[in-house]
Amino acid sequence: MTKEKRQIFVFLIFALALLTIPFLLRESYLLNVLVFIGIHTMLAVALNLLLGYAGQISLGHAAFFGIGAYMSGILTARFALDPWLVIILAAVSAAAIAFIIGFPILKLKGHYLAMATLGFGIIFYIIFNETVGWTGGPSGLSGIPNLQIGGIIFDNDMCNYYLVWIITIAVMLLSINLSQSRIGRALRAVHDSEVAARVMGINAWVLKVQIFTISAFISAIAGSLYAHTMTFISPASFGFNFSVELVTMVVVGGLGSIYGSFLGAAILTVLPEFLRVFEDFDIIIYGLMLILITMFMPGGLISGFQLLAQKVNLKTKGK
Amino acid sequence: MDNLYQYLLSGLSNGAIYALIGFGFAIIHNATGIINFAQGEFVMLGGMLALFFLVFCGFPLSPSIILSILIATVVGIIFERLAIRPLKNAKPIRLIIITIGASIFIRGAAMLIWGKDTHALPAFSGNDPLYIAGATIMPQHLWIFAVTILVIFSSRLFFNHTIIGKAMRACAYNAQAASLVGIDVRIMVMLSFSISAAIGSLAGIIIAPLTMTSYDVGIMLGLKGFCAVIIGGMSSGLGTVMGGLLLGLLEALGAGFISAGYKDAIAFIILLLILFFRPEGLFGKKETERV
Amino acid sequence: MVLKVANITKAFGGLTALDDVSLGVDAGSITGIIGPNGAGKTTLFNIITGLYTQTSGEVYMENKKISFFAPEALAALGLVRTFQNVELFGQMTVLENVMVGSHTKSSSGFLSCAFKFPRQIKEEKLIREKSMRWLEFTDLDEHAEMRADNLPFGKSRLLEISRAMALEPRVILMDEPAAGLNSRETLQLAKLIRRIKELGITVVLVEHDMDLVMDICETIVVLNLGKKLTQGTPREIQENPAVISAYLGVS
Ligand SMILES: Nc1ncnc2c1ncn2[C@@H]1O[C@H](COP(=O)(O)OP(=O)(O)OP(=O)(O)O)[C@@H](O)[C@H]1O
Ligand SMILES: [Mg+2]
Repeated sequence: MTKEKRQIFVFLIFALALLTIPFLLRESYLLNVLVFIGIHTMLAVALNLLLGYAGQISLGHAAFFGIGAYMSGILTARFALDPWLVIILAAVSAAAIAFIIGFPILKLKGHYLAMATLGFGIIFYIIFNETVGWTGGPSGLSGIPNLQIGGIIFDNDMCNYYLVWIITIAVMLLSINLSQSRIGRALRAVHDSEVAARVMGINAWVLKVQIFTISAFISAIAGSLYAHTMTFISPASFGFNFSVELVTMVVVGGLGSIYGSFLGAAILTVLPEFLRVFEDFDIIIYGLMLILITMFMPGGLISGFQLLAQKVNLKTKGK
Repeated sequence: MDNLYQYLLSGLSNGAIYALIGFGFAIIHNATGIINFAQGEFVMLGGMLALFFLVFCGFPLSPSIILSILIATVVGIIFERLAIRPLKNAKPIRLIIITIGASIFIRGAAMLIWGKDTHALPAFSGNDPLYIAGATIMPQHLWIFAVTILVIFSSRLFFNHTIIGKAMRACAYNAQAASLVGIDVRIMVMLSFSISAAIGSLAGIIIAPLTMTSYDVGIMLGLKGFCAVIIGGMSSGLGTVMGGLLLGLLEALGAGFISAGYKDAIAFIILLLILFFRPEGLFGKKETERV
Repeated sequence: MVLKVANITKAFGGLTALDDVSLGVDAGSITGIIGPNGAGKTTLFNIITGLYTQTSGEVYMENKKISFFAPEALAALGLVRTFQNVELFGQMTVLENVMVGSHTKSSSGFLSCAFKFPRQIKEEKLIREKSMRWLEFTDLDEHAEMRADNLPFGKSRLLEISRAMALEPRVILMDEPAAGLNSRETLQLAKLIRRIKELGITVVLVEHDMDLVMDICETIVVLNLGKKLTQGTPREIQENPAVISAYLGVS
């Protein structure tokens, strides 16, 4: 099998497995967890395009997630606009904000970029909290309607599962394609040596703004889906801690690997479910994971899987 | 008028704290090129440790303060030794992630040890306002101003007039050349982490009686200290003091006259504006990045 | 004259790294720039390629003023360079490094890349084939799938050249391409540079290896302490007493 065919094969298996899970697993609680894994995967993939490929950190990505969620929530719950239209509107708005803020922010490098995106994220968190008249403030916004198409209302876990995962799988596929194209190479080039990338004719600044914009677009879609599946949102879900959690997902799963983002999202979503008893341990565990993975496994957990797959591959070839 | 005076006073004292925290950033940055994301956590550790010794253990004030600074400094050294030194030549993105990891790790540990409650540290010299030239001032404000001035002068003395201080400046200027003349760069880096942890925790201790303390105060204070040092152009000198005071004043006036809810947003909007338009700071000068 | 530098001065704070330097490069020639360490050679390259901004002076390419152009704009005009401290895309494969060189010669956008439009698939195939040819040009084709980080040092200098060639440049600036190479590799490099010239590409070379410079350059410019000392043929330069004393450190 050529490399390309193998990749398509792996993706098909992956997608099929995800789409058949609900038939095997009818327990609502688990499906619910899987819905969250889907939303988190979308967010992690979005952040990975920026952090893992272009090498630019954002500590404010929860803001774009929040913009999607609040725009969908407010415009459908308070103004009864068409939810599907609003999802697109919200994603475009988040992308527009990212595009405008992206030009000055992505002039910054390294730690300065981290601080600026963190500041940006906190400003939005404060806005979500303070504009009580619209967002409901700290006590949250409820009564967000479920999505519906024709007669199907997405108000149960099974429907939401397919809604979220079909979009997530599409996002993953498009991201994989992008990452293997000339644009993906340009992003990785900027990551490895911005100076050399520019000398090769890549407009690093504009490219970073573009990927930041796309990343915000995807994050906002995830936010809208989150609002409609939860039907209730509050600022606590869109704060600094969640931005850090997203970075942790990407780093733990594997910088620059789309499947890695899925793995990271899955682990960080499931972990708190298992560790319910140790609820207070989550922060310290995220910190520890970030440190240990960065120090000892810079390719993330997915690189372990890939090594394993290579070994298996060699063995079967040897036979 | 009376309000204005109160705003100015609290703005100045918060500003002094921001400047101290900013010093911590500058000292590590100048020695290593790293912006230590965990800087705010040292500040938090100062406040929480002081609270622990003073209130829970019932120790007197001075030993509590000294112990707290010592412990925070040791944490700074361990942090440098375990997480920073092994990654000496890593790409910046890994260093950023490591310091972020360390910062949430320290915060998480503090939460496990001391819980999630917010506490007030008793003021060092009571809560009776003093009347000076017709104006009232809390003794804690005086403490803050005095400690800040003391730290500024002693760091001046240290960096300009002691062998170790000069060696650290040499490392900051050119680590390779410094090591050629026999300066142990690793020790200087470690020293920069310990000094900056010590100053950070001191800042956390003296501000705690005014602003309350809890396991998660580090993010905000750290960011504001960063804001101060950015305005000051990454210096551990007067620029950062000016930056801190400016930030503290604007924030206090904004909170007083515009809206208290947006107080923190003001600091971050200033931070973004400075980063966008004058990343070298109001008081710094531009350099050409080496290719 | 394909490249012209007029009265360039560059000051870093108090240090004047370049002081009123002017020079011209003939189309299709190999021009050498030599000078002791710290003479300002790399700084001059950085200014020509838009990585530094000069304090004063102008740069022209084919009579078009290109002072203050960004590096990416210059790349589009066909001006490319290699680096003294090799700047490869370390985490990418050798082949991918060269493929990045085709960036300005390809045009698929975000949508077409994400959705794999047929045009993009065709373009991608073309990029891959062309890049393989540039790897063959420098004899690196057998390392195509290796991570660039893992290349031996001598080969990494060659990879920088293939990557630059993939841009199909008109002018290529090379900053000490022979540094760190053994004598056999240096000989191969000399051949390679001549082949590049034969393709009609103008080469400007900063180099400390005098044998190489004297061997392949038609014109040599000597910089010392930021000033242009002289310019001439290899023979003239070798016999110039001012050059000899600059290199011996006498003034
Ligand atoms: N970004 C910078 N900031 C400050 N000084 C610089 C910078 N870049 C170069 N310099 C200084 O400018 C002078 C010229 O340096 P340059 O690198 O151009 O020399 P060079 O001729 O390439 O030397 P070498 O042969 O060692 O490569 C040196 O004194 C150097 O220290
Ligand atoms: Mg040089």
